[in-house]
Amino acid sequence: MAEKSTVIGKEITRIDGILKVTGGAPYGVEYALENMAWGVGIGSTIGAGRIARIDSSEAEKMPGVLAVLHHGNTEKLFRPANSFEEMSRPGESRPPFEDDQVYYYGQFVALVVADTFERAQAAAGRVVVKYDARTPDVSTAELTPKDPPAVKNERGDVESALSSAPVKLDVTYETPVETHNPMEMHATIATWNKDKLTLYETSQGVVNHRNVAAEVLNLQRESVQVISRFIGSGFGCKLFPWPHSWMAAIASKKLARPVKVSVPRSMMFTTVGHRPFTRQRIQLGADKDGKLTAFHHEILQPTSMVDDYVENCAEATSMLYACPNVRAVQYLIHKNIGTPTPMRGPGRTPSLFAIESAMDELAVKLNIDPVEVRIRNYAEMDEGKKMPFSSKHLREAYQTGAEKFGWSQRNPKVGSMTKGKEILGLGMATCTWPATRHNAEVRVSLLADGTVRASCATQDVGTGTYTVFAEIISDRTGVPLDKIRVQLGDTAMPPGPTSGGSAATATVIPAIAQATDQAVQSLLKVAALTSGSPFEKVDPKNLKMTGGRVHKEGDSAESGTPFPDILKLRDLSGLDGQVKTEAPPEAKQFSMHSFGAHFCEVAFDPEIARLRISRWLTVIDGGRMINMKTSRNQILGAIVMGVGMAMFEETIYDHRNGKPVNNNFADYIVPVNADIPDLDCIFLDFPDNKLNEYGARGIGEIGLTGCASAVTSAVYHATGVRVRGLPVRIENLLKTA
Amino acid sequence: MYEFQYTKANDVGQAVSSVAPSGSKFVAGGTTLIDLMKLDVERPKLLVDINGLPLDRIEPAGDGGLKIGAMVRNSDLAHDEKVQRMYPVLSQALLSGASPQLRNMATTGGNLLQRTRCYYFRDVNYPCNKRTPGSGCSAMDGFNRIHAVLGTSQHCIATHPSDMAVAMIALGATIFVTGSKGEHSIPITKFYLLPGSTPDHENVLAPGEIITHVTLPPPAQNAKSHYLKRRDRASYEFALASAAVIVELDGRKISKAQVAMGGVGTIPWRSPEAEHALAGAEASERNFRRAAEAALRGAKAHKDNGFKIELAKRTLVRALQTVTQA
Ligand SMILES: Cc1cc2nc3c(=O)[nH]c(=O)nc-3n(C[C@H](O)[C@H](O)[C@H](O)COP(=O)(O)OP(=O)(O)OC[C@H]3O[C@@H](n4cnc5c(N)ncnc54)[C@H](O)[C@@H]3O)c2cc1C
Ligand code: SF4
Repeated sequence: MAEKSTVIGKEITRIDGILKVTGGAPYGVEYALENMAWGVGIGSTIGAGRIARIDSSEAEKMPGVLAVLHHGNTEKLFRPANSFEEMSRPGESRPPFEDDQVYYYGQFVALVVADTFERAQAAAGRVVVKYDARTPDVSTAELTPKDPPAVKNERGDVESALSSAPVKLDVTYETPVETHNPMEMHATIATWNKDKLTLYETSQGVVNHRNVAAEVLNLQRESVQVISRFIGSGFGCKLFPWPHSWMAAIASKKLARPVKVSVPRSMMFTTVGHRPFTRQRIQLGADKDGKLTAFHHEILQPTSMVDDYVENCAEATSMLYACPNVRAVQYLIHKNIGTPTPMRGPGRTPSLFAIESAMDELAVKLNIDPVEVRIRNYAEMDEGKKMPFSSKHLREAYQTGAEKFGWSQRNPKVGSMTKGKEILGLGMATCTWPATRHNAEVRVSLLADGTVRASCATQDVGTGTYTVFAEIISDRTGVPLDKIRVQLGDTAMPPGPTSGGSAATATVIPAIAQATDQAVQSLLKVAALTSGSPFEKVDPKNLKMTGGRVHKEGDSAESGTPFPDILKLRDLSGLDGQVKTEAPPEAKQFSMHSFGAHFCEVAFDPEIARLRISRWLTVIDGGRMINMKTSRNQILGAIVMGVGMAMFEETIYDHRNGKPVNNNFADYIVPVNADIPDLDCIFLDFPDNKLNEYGARGIGEIGLTGCASAVTSAVYHATGVRVRGLPVRIENLLKTA
Repeated sequence: MYEFQYTKANDVGQAVSSVAPSGSKFVAGGTTLIDLMKLDVERPKLLVDINGLPLDRIEPAGDGGLKIGAMVRNSDLAHDEKVQRMYPVLSQALLSGASPQLRNMATTGGNLLQRTRCYYFRDVNYPCNKRTPGSGCSAMDGFNRIHAVLGTSQHCIATHPSDMAVAMIALGATIFVTGSKGEHSIPITKFYLLPGSTPDHENVLAPGEIITHVTLPPPAQNAKSHYLKRRDRASYEFALASAAVIVELDGRKISKAQVAMGGVGTIPWRSPEAEHALAGAEASERNFRRAAEAALRGAKAHKDNGFKIELAKRTLVRALQTVTQA
C-alpha cells in the first residue's frame, strides 16, 4: 500500500455510477439477443400435493406459443453436488419439473414459451393445472423437532450453572420470515451455441452459478459461461441459483433459440428464497453483578421440504460474550415453504435480535446500564474457538458511541424522557460479523493505451466492488481511477469469490494488489532490459512506478516515463500479472470478526400509538475502510433494513394454500424515506492486518445485525412493552396509554 | 392477462354509449383497473378510455361550494389553492394516500370507485364473494389484519381503502352521474352500499353510468377540518384507521361536527353517532372519547384486526383535539 494514498479511505464516487444512472449498465434481463423467445413460469397454486394433470392444449394453439414445458415432457435434470466450499451450491436443490410433487406454493409447475412476452403471459393464463392438494404445513405455532440438532455448540455445564445462578432469565424471541426483494428481480437469458451454454444472470456468484449449472444440466464446467456484469442488488437471494435458471436453459435448448425467463415480483416471494422464521429460547444465568454464568440458546427454525437450510443462529452465541457455560442448539423443522436462503447477515441477524434483547432484559432486571452489562461480559478472546481475536475494539465502539450519542443523559426509568407529546426511548445493541477471506484469482493488465484493466469472475452486487478494486490498482500504480477498467461478472475471467458473507473485498484485494505488483514488476524489467529505454541497464530493483510513470528510486515521479511509453519500446499491447491468493494462515490462529454498536432513539406518541425512529448512531470496528463513501452507504443502508426488520417486515403465509398473501410492495411493508431520520455512523480505524495487507474487512452485513434489538430495547425504555416477536406493531403498543 | 378491446371517448355522450355493452369499463388513471386486470380480477372486454373527456376542471359552484371534475387528478386536487383553503381535510386526505406517482395518475372518479385491497379479492384462486358471488369469503378465516370492523357482514369484511372518499363523505359531497337514466345526482352518503349478502354491489351506480363531477357544499364560516391517518409506516400505505373531521366551534362549544372514518369500514364510514355525541358538547378530551366510543360501538373484530377498534378511537380523538386546538 502506498504510504500516503490519495484514494484509500477517501470518499470515492462509484466508477460505474454514471453508467447506472444513465441506463448504460446492462443488467442481466436487458440483453436483447437475436431471435429471443420469452418464457413465463407458472407457479403452483397449492402448497402441498401433486400435479394430477396439466392441460396445455388451448395454450399451445395460441398465437406465437412455442412450447409448454412441465414434468411430463422435459429432459432429466440432475441434482447438484451441493457444496458451499466447492462453490457448487444451489438455492433449491430440487431441479424444476423433477416429478409431479408440489412442496410449496409458487413452485414452478410449467413454463410457457412464446415469441413475445405478452403472448407467453397470455398463454400461461390458459394452461390448466389440476392438483391433488393437501393442506400444507406452514404454521409456526407448533415447531416440533424430529431430527437431531443441525448445529450444536457447547462448553462447560450449562444445566448446573443455570440451576445455581442467583439471577435467571428465561425468554423466547421470534423473528418472522423476511423476503429479500432487491430492486432488480431475478431473471435469466439462456442461449446455446452448439454444446456451449451462456447464461445472462443476476448473480452474486457467477462461478458458483456456472458450477451448479454444469452439474444440473450434465455439462462440463468449460461449456457453461455465466455473465452478470451489473446487479440491482441481491441481499443474498442471488448467491445461489434458483430453478428458473435451469428452466430457461432447457427451453432454449429445446427451441434452439435464446430464451428469457424473468421472475415477477410476486414470485420473488416464493421461488428465490427468504430469511426463515426463528423461535429462540434463551435462558441466562448471571451473578448479582450481571456477570454471565450460563447461556442456553435453543433455536427452532423451519426450512423447506426439499432442503436442510440452516440459518445458523447458534454460531454467535459461542463468541459474543465471556461465559464459562454455554450451550447453543438449533433444530430444523420441515415445512411447505420454499427453500430459505441467506439474507443479509444470515444467522447473526436473527440471533443477535435474541441475544442482544436478552442482554437488555438482564440489564433491566439488575438495574445495570445496558452498555455496562456488556462491558462486564466483554469477551477478551473467542471462548468458543479458544483463540485470540485478530483485532477487536468493541469496547471503544461502545465508549465512542455512548459519548457521541449522549447516552449518559439517558434516565433508565421507563417512560421518563419526554419531548412534547412524545416519549423518548433510548436503546443500544452490539453488532458483529465474521471477517473471512476465500480464494481469488485476478488478472491485471497494464495496457498500451495507458489504461489498466483488472478482471476477475467475482461481481459487484451494487455495493461498490468495481470502485474499491480500481482504488487498489490506483493506489499501487498511481494511475488515476478514470484510466482503470475493472471487469467483473463473467466466468470467462479468472475465478473469483461469491459476493456473500461480506468477504469479497477482503478476498479479492490481496489478489489485485499482488497481480498489479506482478504486472508492474514485468514492466520494470522491460524498462531495464530493453535497449533504447531511458532505464537501460538500471537494476529493476532500483526502479519504481508511481503516478503511472516509471522512474528511478529516489527520483520524482514527474521525472519518469509514462508506462505506455515503456510498452511501446517493445511494441507490446500490454503486460499482465495474474495471481491467486488464499485465506491467510492467520485465519487458523485468530478469530476474526468485526464489531460495533448501535445507539437508537425512538419517539413514541402514546395516545395514537405512533412509534418512529428519531435518532441513530452506529459505530463500526470493521478494519480499514477502502472507500468511505461506499462503506458509509453500506452501514446506513443496513440500518434502514434494520428498521424494516424491527418495525415492518413480515412475509405472511396463508394457512390454507401456503401463499405469501402480502407478495407485493404495497402490502409487504419496508421503510420509506419518511420513516428514517438522519442516520449517523462512525468508523473506528483499526486495520486488521492479520486478514490482509490493507487491513480491510467487509462491511456489507454487520450493520444489520443488532439493529432490531436496539429498536426493541428503545421501545421498552419508552413504553415498558418488551416486544419479543418482530416486527413491533401498532397492536403491541396500543396497551400503553 | 387476456385480450380486450380499447377505445377512446371524446365526449361524455360517446363515453356512455361506448360503454353500454356489458363487460365494458371506463379507464381513467388506470391505477386500480389495470392493476386488477393484470391479476385477472377485472376482465373487461372493452376499455373505454375517458382521459380525453373535458372533466378536468375545479371550479366554484353556484352555491359557494366547489365543483370537481371526475378526471381531476388527485395531485391537482390536493394542491389546488381553493381546496387547501376551503377544505383542508380533503387536501390532507389526498396527500396521505398512495405515492406522488400514483396521485399524478389517479382521478377523482377513479378514486371513489377504487376496489378493496383484500388479499383474497386480488387472487382469483381464492373464494371471494365480492369477486365471485356465492363462492365464500377467504378473509373470514384468513389473515385479516387490514380488514374492516364496521359495516361488515358474514359475506364480506373488506375495507373500502380510499382516503379521499372519507374526506368527501365527511364533507357531504354530491356525486353527479350520467347514463341510461340521464343526468342525476347522488349524495355520497347514499352512494356506497354495505356488503350485506351482495358484496359485489359496491355502489348505486347503474351499469354504464359515468361520474362526471363531484360537488362540495360551501364550508361554514367558522369550520375547521382535519384528516389523520394511522398506518404501519409513515407514508405510502393504506390506512389501518383514519379520521376526517369538520368541526364548527362556538367558543369551546361544538356547534356542529361532521365525522368520518377510514380503514375500518366496508365503505367510507360517516358516523352520525359520533356527530350526535359531539353536537352541543364542550370540546374536551372526555367528550371526544365519548364520541369515539359511539362511533365504534357496533364494531366487530375478526382474528387479526381487533386492534383497529381502539386505534380508530384514538385516531378520532386526536383528530378532534387537533381541529379544536385554539
Ligand atoms: C400501490 C398503491 C397504493 C395506494 N395507496 C392508496 C392510499 O393510501 N389511499 C388511497 O386512497 N388510495 C390508494 N391507492 C388507490 C388509488 O388512490 C386509486 O387506485 C386511484 O384513486 C384510482 O383512480 P384511477 O383514476 O386510477 O382509477 P381507474 O383505475 O382508472 O378506475 C377505477 C375504477 O373506476 C372506474 N371509473 C374511473 N373513472 C370513472 C368515472 N368517471 N365514472 C365511472 N367509472 C369510473 C373504472 O371503470 C374502474 O372500475 C393506492 C393504489 C396503489 C396501486
Ligand atoms: S372480505 Fe370480501 S373481498 Fe375479501 S375475500 Fe371476503 S368477500 Fe372477498
